[in-house]
Amino acid sequence: MSAPPLDLQIINALAALLLLLSFAMLSQRRIVSLVNLLALQGLMLTAATVLLAWRTGETHLYLSALLTFALKVVFLPWMLHRLIRRLEVYWDTEPLINIPGTMLIGVLIVVFAFGLAQPIAELASTATRSALGIAVAVILLAFLMMITRTKAMSQVIGFLSMENGLFFGAMSATHGMPMIVELGIALDILVAMLVLGVFFFQIREQFDSLDLHHLETLKEGD
Amino acid sequence: MPGLLDSPLSFSLLLLLAWLAIGLAGLVRPRSLEFAGRQLFIGGALVGLLLAITAVFSIAGPAESMVLPFGLPDLPMHVRRDALSSVFLFLLGSASVGISLFAAGYFRSGEGTLPGVLCLQYHLFLASMGFVLLADDAYAFMVAWETMALSSYFLVTTQHRIPEIRRAGFLYLLIAHVGALGILLAFGVLQGGSWQFTFDAMRAATLPPEWASAAFLLALFGFGAKAGLVPLHVWLPEAHPAAPSPVSALMSGVMLKTALYGVLRVTFDLIGEPVWWWGMVALGIGLFTAIYGVIFAAVQSDMKRLLAYSSIENIGIAFTGVGLSIVFFGVGMNALAALALVAVLYHALNHAFMKSLLFLGTGAVLHATGERNLGHLGGLIHRMPWVAWLTLVGVLAIAGLPPLNGFVSEWLLLQAFLYAHEVPKPFVNMLLPLGAALLVLAAALAGYVMVKFFGIIFLGQPREQALRDAHDAGWLERLGLLWLAGGCVALGLLPAQMVPMLAAVVDALGVNASGIRALRDSWWMLTSMPGRGVSYAPLAFLLAVAAAMLATVLIGRIFYRRRTRFADPWDCGYARTDARMQDTAEGFGQPIRHLFQPFFAMERELPTPFDAAPRYRVVVTDRLWRLLYLPIERIVQRIAAAVSGLQQGRIATYLLYSFVTLIVLLALVL
Repeated sequence: MSAPPLDLQIINALAALLLLLSFAMLSQRRIVSLVNLLALQGLMLTAATVLLAWRTGETHLYLSALLTFALKVVFLPWMLHRLIRRLEVYWDTEPLINIPGTMLIGVLIVVFAFGLAQPIAELASTATRSALGIAVAVILLAFLMMITRTKAMSQVIGFLSMENGLFFGAMSATHGMPMIVELGIALDILVAMLVLGVFFFQIREQFDSLDLHHLETLKEGD
Repeated sequence: MPGLLDSPLSFSLLLLLAWLAIGLAGLVRPRSLEFAGRQLFIGGALVGLLLAITAVFSIAGPAESMVLPFGLPDLPMHVRRDALSSVFLFLLGSASVGISLFAAGYFRSGEGTLPGVLCLQYHLFLASMGFVLLADDAYAFMVAWETMALSSYFLVTTQHRIPEIRRAGFLYLLIAHVGALGILLAFGVLQGGSWQFTFDAMRAATLPPEWASAAFLLALFGFGAKAGLVPLHVWLPEAHPAAPSPVSALMSGVMLKTALYGVLRVTFDLIGEPVWWWGMVALGIGLFTAIYGVIFAAVQSDMKRLLAYSSIENIGIAFTGVGLSIVFFGVGMNALAALALVAVLYHALNHAFMKSLLFLGTGAVLHATGERNLGHLGGLIHRMPWVAWLTLVGVLAIAGLPPLNGFVSEWLLLQAFLYAHEVPKPFVNMLLPLGAALLVLAAALAGYVMVKFFGIIFLGQPREQALRDAHDAGWLERLGLLWLAGGCVALGLLPAQMVPMLAAVVDALGVNASGIRALRDSWWMLTSMPGRGVSYAPLAFLLAVAAAMLATVLIGRIFYRRRTRFADPWDCGYARTDARMQDTAEGFGQPIRHLFQPFFAMERELPTPFDAAPRYRVVVTDRLWRLLYLPIERIVQRIAAAVSGLQQGRIATYLLYSFVTLIVLLALVL
């Protein structure tokens, strides 16, 4: 069996980096670094998309790469940084599960994700199908991060990272979603960010903190 | 556009669009009562008139269908106009003329919703009802149906600052949605495995008998919730008093009929081969509803609640007719099935006119006096002669007195009932004549209710000082009332013209009505069953009554000219009477309350002979609340309490729920 062509190898390497970045995010407690990691993840994604577009010659992938770059590498990190400065949240408090514990769960999740992706990947006809397991793992790891963090800001970052995984999954399995769906998702993310930005200020105004355990008092009843 | 006006279907659609445009135009100057609350409503009435005319001329025409170029992607909306749609479009258009005219003079500024928004909701409501009648796939139907429910919800809660009205609106919305679920499920069954949701596919699908029965029962439940069949009637007596009067009129006169349309469409058109015992179900529920409604109407002391219960009664009568028709059709007695269906359609038309008329009459009274409680009204015939006399027409019609329209449909239905002993099923042919007796009971009690309604409001002496300066309705309101009263009279006097038209509708539904076509002996005479039935000639009846009255007056004039003596009305020979000595609404209802005690849950507070300040209080409530609705509420509360244990308040926990669900589902796929 001969080695796969170089561009495929690069895509696979990028995918591995994506996964690595997810783990890095899982272990990072400084929010500013989290945002940087997110931007880096976006960059990997853009690079992978461009390579894939060049390889398959599908023009709409170029467009979605451009969209990814503008949104996930430039705009959202810039906005998050601005929010961090204005809200003065630089650190997340101690996560609900300590970081080594989270990493261990993360490893289990990756194993599960690869096991899950195997039969699907065999059905897919694209060259990048081996990356599907990584995409699923990135999604689940981001989810895990959302669960274990207490600050609203890190949860939003987890949410965005999850979207990265989703995007990568769609790209590697079917060479991207239809353009209209991709545009819709991009718009969704944008709007969600804006709304969440407003929420942050509201939450802080109400509780003098962005810590989400304050929201528990909002529970109905009892 | 050439060709657009050639087809009644596209012209009707255009008119519905015109309604929408009128509604949107209200937003241009939303605060102007003159523009949005008056002129636009007059425009709406004109559109209604055009719609009614289009519908009349297209009833006998062939069915036509169209695919609209919009809707969801790959799911365009289908529309179709056939005879059944046309007759209900006629009902919608003609009743809305009177109601819109009245509404143009009715709304005042500073009451709840802005005039412009009200105008939008009102015309959206009209247009959506029209679209319900034209829809030809389940998707378009449900969209229109829900638009109708929502727009009417907002109209009911026009005075949304009053908590009771919000409560009434919510109850209405809740039951409307429960009903919509039933309809949705019925359509789901009707597609019969083809997964095509156009009505054409449903017509083509052949269902196994048990699934066809399920579809019918679901449809009866779903449409029954909108129509107000017992026990799903509870929203009517709450929503009607809450809504402004033109809205009540529209909801009771027209919207309830869309539910009737739905049942007819599903049963006779989409399923196509109804089984006879379905008819027994519909007939039983219908009769029970009729009796239940009229008994409760008799004990109400709020005039709009009274009319709401009377609507329940009339819907009951209509469904009784539907049931009877299904029974006849199921056993192959086509001519009688057609007769019963004609009676149902006729009754729907009648009720649209007379109930709208009465609701609008109460609206005029409400505006003039600010009073809905019968205990504070009385003697208004002197202050508001226009409203009083026009309402009298509606009262006589709904009481089923010839020569007005209410009599015609009830007579036709009873004629159909009288042949029910020929049904070749044991027991059924003995039970059905009993149904006729119950129907007559309901009709008689309806007369009683209407005497109470009219007598307490308009006759006798005013029970409050403020009533002495009540003012009559304005000219637009009078015009609206006149239109509807004219409709009642016309439908009453010209049944021989209407019935062949309705027979065409029945024919188009696949019930062979060739027997009915011969129903009219001549242009003024109506026969129930050709060859062996009795005949009814309303004009001759009118002439006879008029002649008898004229003769009485003349004889009185001639023989008692010198000895005429004038006295206060209803003073029964006492030397002095005052308003407090008159029969009250509660007093009027007392015999009914006594006779039909098991129906009511009563709470009475009687004074003792030694009370310094005696107080008499009686609260009559619906037993079904306690028997049916409160247990359901308790169960829902219990489930909700159990489920609320999931609500931890911690976002991490909620995320964990999703995460675990995702993992489990993925693992299942694995």
